[in-house]
Amino acid sequence: MKQDIILAGVGGQGILTVAFLLDSAAVARGWRLKQAEVHGMAQRGGAVYSHLRFSDREVVSDMVPLGQADMILAVEPLEVQRYVPFLRPGGVVVANREPHKNIPDYPADQVVLDAVLALPRAVLIDAKGIAEAAGVPKAQNMAMVGAATPFLPFELEDFRPIVNAMFGAKGEKVVAANMAALEAGYRIGAACKALLDQGVGSAETARRVTAPA
Amino acid sequence: MVRRELLLGDEAVALAAIHAGISGAYGYPGTPSTELFEYIENVREQHGIYARWSANEKVAYEEALGMSFAGRRAIVSMKHVGLNVAADPFVNSGVTGVNGGLVICVADDPGMHSSQDEQDSRHYAKFALIPCLEPHDQQEAYDMTLAAFDLSEEVGLPVMVRIVTRLAHSRSDVVAGTPRPQNPLRAPLDPIQFTLLPSNARMLYSRLTDKQPALLEGSEVSHFNLLSLDGDRSRGIVTHGIAWNYVREAFGGAVPHPCVQIGRYPIPTAKLMRLVEAVPEIVVVEEGYPLIEEALRGVAGIPGKRILGKLDGTFPRTGELNPTNVAAGLGFPRPQLMSPALERVPGRPPTLCPGCGHTDAFAVIKEAMAPYGGHRLFSDIGCYTLGFYPPHGAIQSCVCMGASISMAAGAAHAGQWPVICAIGDSTFAHSGMTPLLTAARRNTDINVFILDNGTVAMTGTQETLATGEELDAIVRGLGVPPEHVRVFTPLAGRREENVRIIREEIEYKGTSVLIARRPCVQAKRRGVA
Ligand SMILES: Cc1ncc(C[n+]2csc(CCOP(=O)(O)OP(=O)(O)O)c2C)c(N)n1
Ligand code: SF4
Repeated sequence: MKQDIILAGVGGQGILTVAFLLDSAAVARGWRLKQAEVHGMAQRGGAVYSHLRFSDREVVSDMVPLGQADMILAVEPLEVQRYVPFLRPGGVVVANREPHKNIPDYPADQVVLDAVLALPRAVLIDAKGIAEAAGVPKAQNMAMVGAATPFLPFELEDFRPIVNAMFGAKGEKVVAANMAALEAGYRIGAACKALLDQGVGSAETARRVTAPA
Repeated sequence: MVRRELLLGDEAVALAAIHAGISGAYGYPGTPSTELFEYIENVREQHGIYARWSANEKVAYEEALGMSFAGRRAIVSMKHVGLNVAADPFVNSGVTGVNGGLVICVADDPGMHSSQDEQDSRHYAKFALIPCLEPHDQQEAYDMTLAAFDLSEEVGLPVMVRIVTRLAHSRSDVVAGTPRPQNPLRAPLDPIQFTLLPSNARMLYSRLTDKQPALLEGSEVSHFNLLSLDGDRSRGIVTHGIAWNYVREAFGGAVPHPCVQIGRYPIPTAKLMRLVEAVPEIVVVEEGYPLIEEALRGVAGIPGKRILGKLDGTFPRTGELNPTNVAAGLGFPRPQLMSPALERVPGRPPTLCPGCGHTDAFAVIKEAMAPYGGHRLFSDIGCYTLGFYPPHGAIQSCVCMGASISMAAGAAHAGQWPVICAIGDSTFAHSGMTPLLTAARRNTDINVFILDNGTVAMTGTQETLATGEELDAIVRGLGVPPEHVRVFTPLAGRREENVRIIREEIEYKGTSVLIARRPCVQAKRRGVA
């Protein structure tokens, strides 16, 4: 077993939280991992990424070679495109559908979303809607991790102890709400995966899977 | 059960330093080294370690050397260009040698992710004639740092640990050992050791050169330097540090050729020679400058052998290695890659935060300068360097810490007028005070803007050593007339007043300092400004 994931987003969106959740789940399974990340700029707003590799055997390079990533997990839809050459044939893209527009030449929303769905195995997630429905607008990254989980060698339950450790101090309700966001993301991810696995295209999959309330 | 911890390369070095029994950690922030110091700083009290930021790398290095003088162990960490600033004590500490173990960890930044150059610190270790250890992964970062302290005390020299961005900022699991107690205070045994008068220094320098054969022998027998003559002898591979990972990745784990993997310098020449004798072609895969490759090629090359590396274009001469370009250089076919589904993916460079005072400072400087035929602003290093990008287009230079003021002075000497420059509060504390002293003493006609946001913002809002009224007092103390030390708040609402203040100082013939004071919004958010 070996998974190579490119995490992508914009500085300030919290991709390191996403990395933390996945890292912790991999460690709890006893897997080896390397996770290279971009640090150092206090300012917000630049493109940021992280390479996360885990395996039941040794992980050698900290960086994923081009053409080998199993997944691009993007918390911003335009950022997906920057890393497409990393994707292996059959690799999956899980992307948040909400654009973060802090540059003058940001393309039209529909162009950005269509471009994600133009990739062979891609799913778009309404992380904001899911997080708001769960009652924690900040839990967008939980929704994204949930949506990615069906494509990864993890179960939803892998994340419960981690979410507990992260939010336990804030009370049972906060933990439950974050888990709810994770679960809602998971359901959508799983529904999309079932269709993609049948050979249904990304755009058609997106049309058929609408966010359950 | 062994405890595995997920640590950044930086943190693995830091944890090992704690376990090696350091009494002090010193440094100045700089990507990608910052997290090393911060890891120790966070636990300094529970371990009884002195760990506070210094004003610059030279100060940090000398403090660490003083700790070593007193018999105790110290680590000093910095980014690669920081060692330029600390070069004077660093090189001379090779001559003095150490008392307590002294380890300098330098984080190089091949690819210049956040630096002005990609200089390779291994050259500095060679220059100072001291050993250098170079880990290839996080576990080795831990193991080598522990070993570096023992080695330092064994050979009586500072030891460098060289890491690069991709190790410094990558996490993996590390199994840690048991902590060792700190050294007791112990005066140097040799009374002349730290007094580099020429008469002493000649003797001490000979002592340093006399140690070189033993250092080389140490490299030859070190388990950090591996020689394997197994496998297909059509070619051999020489690699080191993190480049080793990319080589193994390319070959799917095991390298099917004879190879030398270097983790300890000086370069183990006998091991290299055994490889050279065994193969007709040697591929040198190196992260940084082609230091090993140059040593191997010498002036005339090796008769009958082919050497491939950065100098003949097998691997890119600039930028960092990665598993893709290493595989290509080793001759693996390029994989078919998917293309983005957009014709043009717009870039997304970092920008000044919304609400950043630097934005308003640049706006008012530009407006004030408009009647003087536009502006050319000598600038420096910090968040405000982003003022280069549109829409600001505000700065015309960024060379090294503190250069804004000295370069402005030089331009004024040349006859340029008006001459303005901008420097952040931490950069001013780092390297701006001596050029300002020089300018004030000569009353050079420059206007120095100090952008005082109360923090070292660029590297993650660390503590600044000169801000607020203390900064104003320092500026006056350096000889700038009090009436030409002007403090203003860079806010859009105060534009008119600020433009007037700036123009008054431009018209003044002499050194003046304009302090733009407004807290960094990120530091405020974190409650540190
Ligand atoms: C010799 C050297 N040391 C450290 C750095 C890393 N570095 C760049 S700017 C900076 C400090 C910036 O602080 P300040 O001048 O206060 O500006 P701000 O970012 O707060 O605007 C640091 C630590 C460097 N580039 N060179
Ligand atoms: S981190 Fe602070 S100084 Fe840097 S851009 Fe943001 S507000 Fe400005």
